[in-house]
Amino acid sequence: MSDRLRHVDVQRLVQRLVVAGLVGVALLYIVFIANPPSESGAGNWRTTNSGSAVDNPGAFIANLLDAVTLAGWLFIVASGFSLIFGLMRVVNMAHGSFYLLGGYIAYEVQQRLTAETPGFISADLINTWDWVMPLVVGMASIAVLGFVVQQGFLRWTQGQDLRQALLTIAISVIVADQIIAHFPRSGAFQVGGGNLASITWPGWTARRVDLQIAGVEYSLTRLLILALGVSVGVALWAWLYRTRTGMVIRAGVDDRQMTSAIGINIQITFAIAFFVGSALAAAGGVVGASQGGITSGQDGLWLLYSLVVVIVGGMGSLLGAAAGSLLFALVFTLSSAYLPSTGNPAGIECCTQYSIIFTFVLIALVLAFRPQGLFGRAA
Amino acid sequence: MRALAWTPRTIVERSLGLVVLLLAALGPLLFSGYFTTTILTQSFIFGIAAASLIFLSAYGGMISLAQTALMGIAGYVVGNLVTKGGAGGETKGLILGWDPTLALVLAIVITTLVGLILGAVASRSLGIYFLMLTLTFGVIANYFFGQVTKLGGFSPIASINQYTPGWVGDIVGHPDKLYYITLGVSLFVYALIRYLVRTPFGISLQGLRDEPVRLASLGYNVPLHRTLAFGFAAFVASLAGVLFVWWDGQISPQNLGLGATIDLLIIAVIGGLGRVEGAWLGAFAFIVINNYVRDIQFPFASEKGVLPWIGGSFNTVIGVVFLIIILVSPGGLIGIWERAAQGARRVFESRRMAEASGA
Repeated sequence: MSDRLRHVDVQRLVQRLVVAGLVGVALLYIVFIANPPSESGAGNWRTTNSGSAVDNPGAFIANLLDAVTLAGWLFIVASGFSLIFGLMRVVNMAHGSFYLLGGYIAYEVQQRLTAETPGFISADLINTWDWVMPLVVGMASIAVLGFVVQQGFLRWTQGQDLRQALLTIAISVIVADQIIAHFPRSGAFQVGGGNLASITWPGWTARRVDLQIAGVEYSLTRLLILALGVSVGVALWAWLYRTRTGMVIRAGVDDRQMTSAIGINIQITFAIAFFVGSALAAAGGVVGASQGGITSGQDGLWLLYSLVVVIVGGMGSLLGAAAGSLLFALVFTLSSAYLPSTGNPAGIECCTQYSIIFTFVLIALVLAFRPQGLFGRAA
Repeated sequence: MRALAWTPRTIVERSLGLVVLLLAALGPLLFSGYFTTTILTQSFIFGIAAASLIFLSAYGGMISLAQTALMGIAGYVVGNLVTKGGAGGETKGLILGWDPTLALVLAIVITTLVGLILGAVASRSLGIYFLMLTLTFGVIANYFFGQVTKLGGFSPIASINQYTPGWVGDIVGHPDKLYYITLGVSLFVYALIRYLVRTPFGISLQGLRDEPVRLASLGYNVPLHRTLAFGFAAFVASLAGVLFVWWDGQISPQNLGLGATIDLLIIAVIGGLGRVEGAWLGAFAFIVINNYVRDIQFPFASEKGVLPWIGGSFNTVIGVVFLIIILVSPGGLIGIWERAAQGARRVFESRRMAEASGA
């Protein structure tokens, strides 16, 4: 016993206590302390949009579902980013641009398939294929674009990771500007002169599901996003852990030089990984366009999300991407639902959102204890 | 005091530097008002910001994409503290109406502190991880100022440049005053960086850039050195941020956005990430391209865009230029000069050797 006590690492103990304390305070706040908004509009430090989990279990469950479905969506995008990074050490700064371009291409395809007049298509005109077809075309085009970028620019600059990051930044600048110049081609909602384009989900998804828990009815499309995220995860797992290509990819992640030294053509593996990773960005973009629409400027947002997920979860790890997506989605959703909102909705302080700070706190906490992320290995 | 080395290359570099300095000192007399107040003043400001990025990259081996955000934080501190509300006054931000000198000092102190905190968080991440992490800091700062409406929100805090300290005076009516201030601060920052990298701190910083593991095993506190270097770079960026709001008069989340971050990175890369002088060279080149190339009629240009088949705006051109520079000369414009100087030396030496053997 005394022997074990002597080995207590005080610094680690303090770190763990700090994390446990912060998480505990946040849970206590969400479960008991938070108050629903009052009728008069004025609030105090306990006033939130949702009220505490004890008072309003329905809203709490809906918020949790929001977080989990957002995690599925994040995973689709970030797993592609992580795959490319883990294998090739390429930080694909154009990942957000690929997300956006994939969404726009799918939008154009759906317009060609179904729209009588360009613009918004009502859900009852869309069957499953009218949604899947654009998804496939969008993913395929971005996969080819990613392949071309990898072969044209990244293949012969291998090993110079900063130069490669700068190259992909240059490509993202060009792609972002070309999107503004060319998309959307079929008329879209012109909100403030923007280029918002939105894909319509298949008609049968446009309803809410009664979950039989606390009277919660939840959007079927969001559950569908979760299902997509989980199937991408399962497919990637099966690919990486149950096929020969996956085995080579995992070997390449661990030791690139050794893998090519035993006679495996690692260049082909790189090309495949970039192909798949870019396609996943486009898949995320199609989901994004279906879920509220896409517009120029979101490329930066989704690059940020991908970065946060892989920084938190650890680079190049499938499990890390899943854990990072879930943690980030929980922090993101719960902090915007349960942070005090004392501002008067009509006043100048309206809609102040501090939730972004919590994203930073999450990163800082994870990196303080694990500089390589939760499931990452030291570089 | 170490004696200055006089080789043909340093002679050329130093005389070029003197000529540039002379031209800059006489700037308002030689050039048009637009050129001095828009092109040159802006180049000095973004040169200072890029110098903080290049300092970290050249001497610390860290490419930071948070410098734009740090610059913006300084700008936001000034904007929130100095502007006055009331009838005919400003409406955005905290509108505290404090003393501008105090605001100036606070902006520098707060930004440096933020830099030290960010530096501490990022100090154990290396290379590409550091770049990703600082980019994340930058984008978070952008959303922070966009979402926290108390501190300004999405629309800009305006007319900040009307509230300058008494010892600075009216810079709106006398833009040449701001020109000389930015020139002076640029020289100060340049001299400070050149001094800092010769101190024991600067030398150990360069040591851990090249051999972090070896320095750590010699007992150097590697994360602490990185944190302090990042704090110093934040200090430099804060100077650029204050000058920026004095020059532009306003600050909005867009000044911290991904676009602005990438612009600063492009400036640093065009100039060259290896030498501090590249900062101002890159800023000047970028701003000249940005201001004048827009107006050039390209031979095939149509109303659809700069290039007819491709379309797109000026950003496509800047993106392509950036791409070509990274592909052709990773050292930027300074890199081209260094290569030319090396080539010239080789030619010079081989000729001298030929003469010596001939004689």
